[in-house]
Amino acid sequence: MHDLLEAFRLVAAPDVLVAILASAIYGLVVGSLPGLSATMATALLVPVTFWLSPIAAIATIITASAMAIFSGDIPGCLLRIPGTPASAAYTDEAYAMTRKGQAEMALGAGLWFSAIGGIVGTLSLVLMAPLLAEMALSFSTYEYFWLAFLGLMCATLVARSSPIKAIASMLLGLLISCIGMENPAGTPRFTFGLTDLLGGIEPIPALVGVFAVSEVMRAMVTAEPPKLPKRKFGSILANQWMLTKKYQWPMWRGNIIGIIIGVLPGAGADMAAWVSYAMSKRFSKEPEKFGTGHPEGLVEAGASNNASLASGWVPSLLFGIPGDTITAIAIGVLYMKGLNPGPTLFTERASSMYALYIIFIIANIIMIPLGIMMIRAASVILRAPRAGVMPVIILLCAVGSYATGNNLFAVVLVGLFGMLGFVMEKNGYPVAALVLGIVMGSMVEQSFITSLIKSDGDVMPFFERPVSAVLAALTFSALLWPVGVWIWNRIRHPRLPAGGATG
Amino acid sequence: MMTLPRRTLLGSAAGLIAAPALAQPKWPNRPVQMLCPWAAGGGTDAVARILAVLLEKDLGQPFNVVNRTGGSGVVGHTAIAQAAPDGYTIGTITSEICMLHWQGLTELTYRNYTPLGLMNSDAPGIQVNASAPYQDVKSLADAIKASAPGKLKASGTGQGGIWHLALAGWLNAMGLKADHVRWVPTNGAAPAMQDLVAGGLDFTTCSVPEARAMLDAGRARSLAVMAPARIGAFPNIPTLKEAMGVDYAVGAIRVVAAPAGLPADLVAAIAPALKRAYDTKEYQDFMNSRGFGLVYGDAAGAEKALAAADLSLGNAMKAAGLAKA
Repeated sequence: MHDLLEAFRLVAAPDVLVAILASAIYGLVVGSLPGLSATMATALLVPVTFWLSPIAAIATIITASAMAIFSGDIPGCLLRIPGTPASAAYTDEAYAMTRKGQAEMALGAGLWFSAIGGIVGTLSLVLMAPLLAEMALSFSTYEYFWLAFLGLMCATLVARSSPIKAIASMLLGLLISCIGMENPAGTPRFTFGLTDLLGGIEPIPALVGVFAVSEVMRAMVTAEPPKLPKRKFGSILANQWMLTKKYQWPMWRGNIIGIIIGVLPGAGADMAAWVSYAMSKRFSKEPEKFGTGHPEGLVEAGASNNASLASGWVPSLLFGIPGDTITAIAIGVLYMKGLNPGPTLFTERASSMYALYIIFIIANIIMIPLGIMMIRAASVILRAPRAGVMPVIILLCAVGSYATGNNLFAVVLVGLFGMLGFVMEKNGYPVAALVLGIVMGSMVEQSFITSLIKSDGDVMPFFERPVSAVLAALTFSALLWPVGVWIWNRIRHPRLPAGGATG
Repeated sequence: MMTLPRRTLLGSAAGLIAAPALAQPKWPNRPVQMLCPWAAGGGTDAVARILAVLLEKDLGQPFNVVNRTGGSGVVGHTAIAQAAPDGYTIGTITSEICMLHWQGLTELTYRNYTPLGLMNSDAPGIQVNASAPYQDVKSLADAIKASAPGKLKASGTGQGGIWHLALAGWLNAMGLKADHVRWVPTNGAAPAMQDLVAGGLDFTTCSVPEARAMLDAGRARSLAVMAPARIGAFPNIPTLKEAMGVDYAVGAIRVVAAPAGLPADLVAAIAPALKRAYDTKEYQDFMNSRGFGLVYGDAAGAEKALAAADLSLGNAMKAAGLAKA
């Protein structure tokens, strides 16, 4: 109890409160710029933390990253440009809602369920940190392989097109993820002697290209749509309570999936969002509405990616294992400020730990008013003429992709992926599945090859270990389910065309 | 006040303007760009950023850290080597510059740079799971020697990465083949440490600061460091030489360098500034808190360290069959 009071005193210090507010605004702005990721926002804060007190330093990292992840939803919803890989899973859905004139409901859902996910994730951190950490530590490469494989299978679930085309896109993404020398053999593949390809294709330029640039190209070849009727931008939070009650079960499922995936090092907010969106569609009573501007998937995936952000701190704080790139930076800051990660942080420096919890909660609460202001400011874009918005998007894409590595090659990549995305969408191939392949590809390969090296080529450990056996069973039942349904339907209604039974 | 002669007034005004210009050394009189070949948020980036802050405070001109990432470090290293040698583009080069050319991935070697100062060197440790039977490095070495080739598994980074070469060099120094212990490639030290604790590996050879959290948590034990002397932040871990009499040392080094052909007067201006930054309490505290190894070398010392690294890493890569030539 004494520790808790001390923690409140630490957080209530003026410098901490100013740091939280300033980094919140900073995170919102950077996160909403296409191409500039939450990781970038966090990394640029590190030199600033040199001068801050330990608690204020950590507060800036926590607040800025949470804000940036949420505000990555804003360009995704308004312009179909996901700010971060974490919002790529439901960008199409949110954009479809905007086209239906429900931008405020889509953005409000992003905000409201992000905040709920963040708070539930924090509670899991408070209540179950040691338990979750043990679970994370028992995951070896065998389990990661199945997890990544399950993630890949989401491609067919989230896409609205035919499963064949979704799988083709995903395989193209896997092929792209083979480029470079960041593979288990350390051998350059598909680099054609180009130095720039040695490091492989980063997800961010691919993401910005296939979503944003291709959208601009599409706008150029279609006539300007009829202007949205001029109306006041409605209340952002009004419908959220209704959504919360209606989709309570998907929301909780999203939170729990997010917490579990977030705790696993290397599987972060992006995988949580994909898996949750796919689950939401799979278990929904009205899956046919997905992709047409239906909020259910947004609720579940929006809660999930923010919940994973908070629970991603569990292995970082307990064992110094980064859950994602953001916590990797945060671990450096923790060491610098003498708050060394480890079990002792929870016992000897309990007041600092509680202070971190309180900052998490505060960050997720002030996200709501600040986010509403940000959404209102950003919604001007919807009323701006298309001829003015599109060039600005191209400019932002170029600047954003250049800024991450100060490398002109990234800008060229954005352009190439833009053209690829345009051609794919014209022919009904879902670009989201392509992005999924690029994001998950290296994890599938890495975990598979390392597992085989460790077992001297034996595949049995993929099925023998208890957790991997469960994951393998899940994977195979998900794989075989459509086939089973298809056969069942063939037996029951032999004259039905097979295409109608791929669900 | 009005009695002051106009000429004196003008003269003193001119003097006021001229004084800082005269007192200021020739370098730097405009902002300096510091290139970092690795991404924002990593260890090299962190060291570059604290150096930039300290140099800016010392010299009064902005030092801007620019991350030129891509191509496994080749892109950024190339950018430093190809910049104009005018003292306004410097950068951090890392051990990879002594490795990539052996694999035939770039033409660049450390000779394409003017080294200015060795700012840090991290030595690899030998870490085992806390429940492993090995209490000291000698017993682990005996177990390695007694095992069949490829039976034991170690990790710490990707295939051909610096910690892989550290293992190869250590095995060589013990008279074993470089692949006697099977290397399991991972994406960096953190997943390797996790797999060590999860029971998937026999030991890791990543740097001690990278293993630190697991050591603190009591999940892993560091048996020795492959360094010439014990590390300041970890005084309890013996060196290989102390623990088993094998004189093998290696390290991941970070050197601030300019493009080749930097004029001698600029070297004489920049290198002492780096030394002053190294000696500040802020730098020492920062490096100690992160657990980074504090090793300094002036311009000549940095060049020597790079030459030594080039030789020993090249040998290790040839022994492990990773070198192209």
